[in-house]
Amino acid sequence: MEPIVKYDDVHKSFGDTHVLKGINLDIYPSEKIAIIGPSGSGKTTIIRLLMTLEEPTDGDIIVAGENLWKMEVGGKKKRANEKHLRSVRKDIGMVFQHFNLFPHKTILDNCVMPLVKVKKYKKKEAEEEARRMLDRVGLGDKYDAYPANLSGGQKQRVAMARALVMKPKIMLFDEVTSALDPELVGEVLEVIRDLAEHDEMAMVLVTHEMDFALEIADRVLFLDDGVIAESGTAEEVINQSENPRLQDFLKRFRNSSS
Amino acid sequence: MNSQYWSWETFLEAFPIILEGLKITLGLTVVSYLLAMLAGFIWLVLEATPWRPFNLIIYWVREFIRSTPPIVQIFFLYFAWPMVPYVGMSFTPFVAAMLALGIHFSTYISEVYRSGIDSVEKGQREASTALNLSTKDRWLNVILPQALPPTIPMLGNYLIILFKEVPLAATIGVVGILSIARSYGAQTWSYIEPLTIVALLFLLLSYPSALLINKLEGKMNRRFDKKQKKVGVSE
Repeated sequence: MEPIVKYDDVHKSFGDTHVLKGINLDIYPSEKIAIIGPSGSGKTTIIRLLMTLEEPTDGDIIVAGENLWKMEVGGKKKRANEKHLRSVRKDIGMVFQHFNLFPHKTILDNCVMPLVKVKKYKKKEAEEEARRMLDRVGLGDKYDAYPANLSGGQKQRVAMARALVMKPKIMLFDEVTSALDPELVGEVLEVIRDLAEHDEMAMVLVTHEMDFALEIADRVLFLDDGVIAESGTAEEVINQSENPRLQDFLKRFRNSSS
Repeated sequence: MNSQYWSWETFLEAFPIILEGLKITLGLTVVSYLLAMLAGFIWLVLEATPWRPFNLIIYWVREFIRSTPPIVQIFFLYFAWPMVPYVGMSFTPFVAAMLALGIHFSTYISEVYRSGIDSVEKGQREASTALNLSTKDRWLNVILPQALPPTIPMLGNYLIILFKEVPLAATIGVVGILSIARSYGAQTWSYIEPLTIVALLFLLLSYPSALLINKLEGKMNRRFDKKQKKVGVSE
């Protein structure tokens, strides 16, 4: 099977800080990947590059056969323009740590607007689709509420519904429970678990919810100092790896969470 | 009050005459302000062009206009502009005043727009990218609806300030309330009443507007809470 996303020796620097130092990664359709690792190891940057929120300093990211950040003009490779980026990123969706809902729109409109504007749905079809998705994340009674009167967990579920209505082939989750009160984390993880079990799309989770990540992921990546230091099933990475940095990270994680 | 200095008769006689000039004063305020709102937007677009030397020129031109007194600009456009080679042309007093005040205030208003746009969180743009909105839809559906409402009180303040600068146009012969009051005084040797009327008219128009703006400001600060009340919160 062909990978849907391919990172080829991808580097990213912010000023003098070399955050990613050569990422090579294939993501296959419907694969569920969890990225774990210490703070500042570049986990979030990996998925932000794919969402085109940051531009790689070097290397290529191929999405469904298309080079994301470079386009060919007259046989020459050039930096991608907005038109090229739009055509390639249409299959990618993302859920953010801080939700980023549109505060001036009801939660139904948060989901309807992108469907109408980007996918050119008729308003009525868009509303039906948005309602179906909001029902799925358990917010069927809140269509006309504004984000300001929802709890953090509800906001994050709306954000997931908004990303899901666009039917992405790859969904990125950027520490989606980190900004939530502890008692609200469960309801959000429940939705992700449901997606992981029943949905065909590929999912990449950057997370600190270690047990959850290990439970749902087909493959776990341990990112350390800007490179993928370990990669394998949860079982392989947790129990069989000899990597001392990983052992240290896991030990510190267990201590802090117990 | 000593009737030698103040005459209600003069006051009542002058009032309707001066009121005639209000059309011009308010008209000049409105067209200058519309020009300022439009030109304020154009500054932002010019500044956003990716060619750096051009940005710098635009920046300094705008700084220059902002740092020069409006009356100098009015005089320049009315008296000096017709003598400028190639582009020079003469304006009527009304048009010269409109251009000078409109362009002067556009430099402030572009700053107001800028502050509104900067107040929209970075995450809103990132969500727009993640949803693959076009540049146009991102501006029309995400950024501007959030950027503009908070600027309404500031825009209102500049409207009042502009209104109070409009009498400067009297210096080149625009016949607003100040000009009429002055000629009334010159003809009758009564200055106190007509100029008091001018001051009162400004007070009557500015003060309620300022109150309205204060109210709007409060409303803007509470705007997302209000919606919350309307839909009702369970819990």
